[in-house]
Amino acid sequence: MSVIRPSVIRAEGINKIFREPVDFHVLKDISFDIKMGEFVSIMGKSGCGKSTLLYILSTMDTDYTGDLFLNDKMITKDDPTQLARIRNEQIGFVFQFHYLLPEFSVLENVMLPARKLAKKSFEEIEFDAYQVLEMLDIKHIARKKSYRISGGEKQRVAIARALINQPSIIMGDEPTGNLDSKNSDNVLSIFKQLAAEKGLTLLVVTHDLDFAKRTDRIITMGDGRVIDHGFNT
Amino acid sequence: MDFKVLFAIAKTHIFTRIKQSAIAALGVTFGIATFIILVSFMTGLNGLLDGMILNRTPHIHLYNEIVPSKKQPVNLWEKTSKQWSVVSSVKPKQKQSRIYNALPLIEALKKSDDVYGLTAQVSTQAFYTAGTIELNGLINGVNIMQEAKLFNIDDYIIEGEIKDLHQNDNGIIVGAGVAKKMSAKIGDRIQLVSARGGQLSLKIVAIYQSGLAEIDNVQSYANIKTVQQLMGESSNYITDINIKLHDMDKAFPLAKAYERIYNVTAVDIHTANAQFDTGTTIRNIITYAVSITLLIVAGFGIYNILNMFIYEKMNDIAILKATGFSGNDVMFIFISQALILGLVGGVLGLLFGYSASVLIDNIPFVTEALPTVKTYPVNFDSSYYLIGMGFAIVSTFFAGYLPAKKAKSIDPVEILRGQ
Repeated sequence: MSVIRPSVIRAEGINKIFREPVDFHVLKDISFDIKMGEFVSIMGKSGCGKSTLLYILSTMDTDYTGDLFLNDKMITKDDPTQLARIRNEQIGFVFQFHYLLPEFSVLENVMLPARKLAKKSFEEIEFDAYQVLEMLDIKHIARKKSYRISGGEKQRVAIARALINQPSIIMGDEPTGNLDSKNSDNVLSIFKQLAAEKGLTLLVVTHDLDFAKRTDRIITMGDGRVIDHGFNT
Repeated sequence: MDFKVLFAIAKTHIFTRIKQSAIAALGVTFGIATFIILVSFMTGLNGLLDGMILNRTPHIHLYNEIVPSKKQPVNLWEKTSKQWSVVSSVKPKQKQSRIYNALPLIEALKKSDDVYGLTAQVSTQAFYTAGTIELNGLINGVNIMQEAKLFNIDDYIIEGEIKDLHQNDNGIIVGAGVAKKMSAKIGDRIQLVSARGGQLSLKIVAIYQSGLAEIDNVQSYANIKTVQQLMGESSNYITDINIKLHDMDKAFPLAKAYERIYNVTAVDIHTANAQFDTGTTIRNIITYAVSITLLIVAGFGIYNILNMFIYEKMNDIAILKATGFSGNDVMFIFISQALILGLVGGVLGLLFGYSASVLIDNIPFVTEALPTVKTYPVNFDSSYYLIGMGFAIVSTFFAGYLPAKKAKSIDPVEILRGQ
């Protein structure tokens, strides 16, 4: 750790309380820092609040106390439109259940965030999308409707969509939780490849220990707190 | 912001749910088409009925009514002015039914800015005699070309031409009932005998039918000079002046003014046809009430379908929000979906409405009252099409606005967590 790498996402004293159905303090003083190029997994038992934490980090959930920094810029107080812009431009998301728009083709699904960002022309975006699809080895299904492809393919399309705007960080919520071991391995190796070759920062929530062990660092959570930052392993 | 991508999403949503979308759009189509048909037909009918009365009724009718004097001589006498005076059996004074100073009065009225045009008439009681039959009748001396221009008398001519009367001082246009009773046809001669014994033999040049038997059985038209001759009166003998105004709404105050200034009896069109005015208003209210109800029902149809749609699309909304589309973007998508449906449905509705109107316009409709009307009247006023389109867009906007607002406020975390 001789080189000091810049921080990509940093949480400082994050607390979250669910009000419904009864008050429940789900996150307690969560603080951690993820540096550029790190591949970090968050582990913990079901209900320990790891998904809730991820939704806060992804800026979709704004009902918390504490401070959140993205690229050393505080984003806690931003309004919903600014946050949407941040999600669009800085954060790529991969969910457990692939979450593609079923009526759109694979290509359209991948292109949507970039078209929303509107920094490039339609043709440039299309070119980029094909490149990402080719990198993930699914170029041949680009024109298929996304409800007609297999689960493993869907997850790769979701990764392609997360990559299209070249975000600062990619977040995954149990990205392999719904896949068989072969496809899980596949996704994991894609992630590892992205981290190694492109220097991408990745943050993945999982309860799959095998998966977690192959990441750079495991943040372990329990009962709403960070138990282990994973620097010692 | 790039609206093109939002619009593309809206379009994809519509096309992948083409059946539901079509039903929603058809709701609008049905509403707008019915609105167009109803309004065109009802206003066409209203126009026809209005025309029946308005076209042939003067806005102000001036004449000299024979009534007993309101001021009896005894009231003018000083000595009785502070006491009760009772005059029994008051009768009107013997006087002529002509308008005094008719010719200068006509000149003055013609110069007025409010007056569009006017016609002078001489009307009198007369008997029609042909062979041994004698019929009671009413003969109007008119300038027939002016009557045709201002009061559309030519719409009620069922045989012959009005210009034949214009060219022939010894011509007469008789009512259909008169002609039937006397078995007279065009070219026949009938004798006219005035109450004072004057006689004229006139040739029938045309037959008219107003649709009101009471009128058709007695009335006839001849040239103004002919009637003056029959009565043995000079050319300044005028009994009626019919005025058409630029603005019908001024009829009432102007009638009051003329009455005061010219010392004649003046009746305005609203007073003369009060019950008719009410009828038109009520028909209009019914038309609009029914149409607006239909459009609101169509609006609810769209609201319903979009609402359902948003429940189906919860996942899509969550994913759009997670990948950086803002609440306003999502709202824009659903509102533009509603507007596309409204636009397509509305345009189809206008087309259907127009076709149905054309169909109705060609259905035969024969009525005694209106000899020139052959088919059902339909009003093809383009402003109704604009109103229909406007309402289609406004109602679908609101129908889409509420569900879209709901979509805007959907919390993606709840959806993603719920899986």
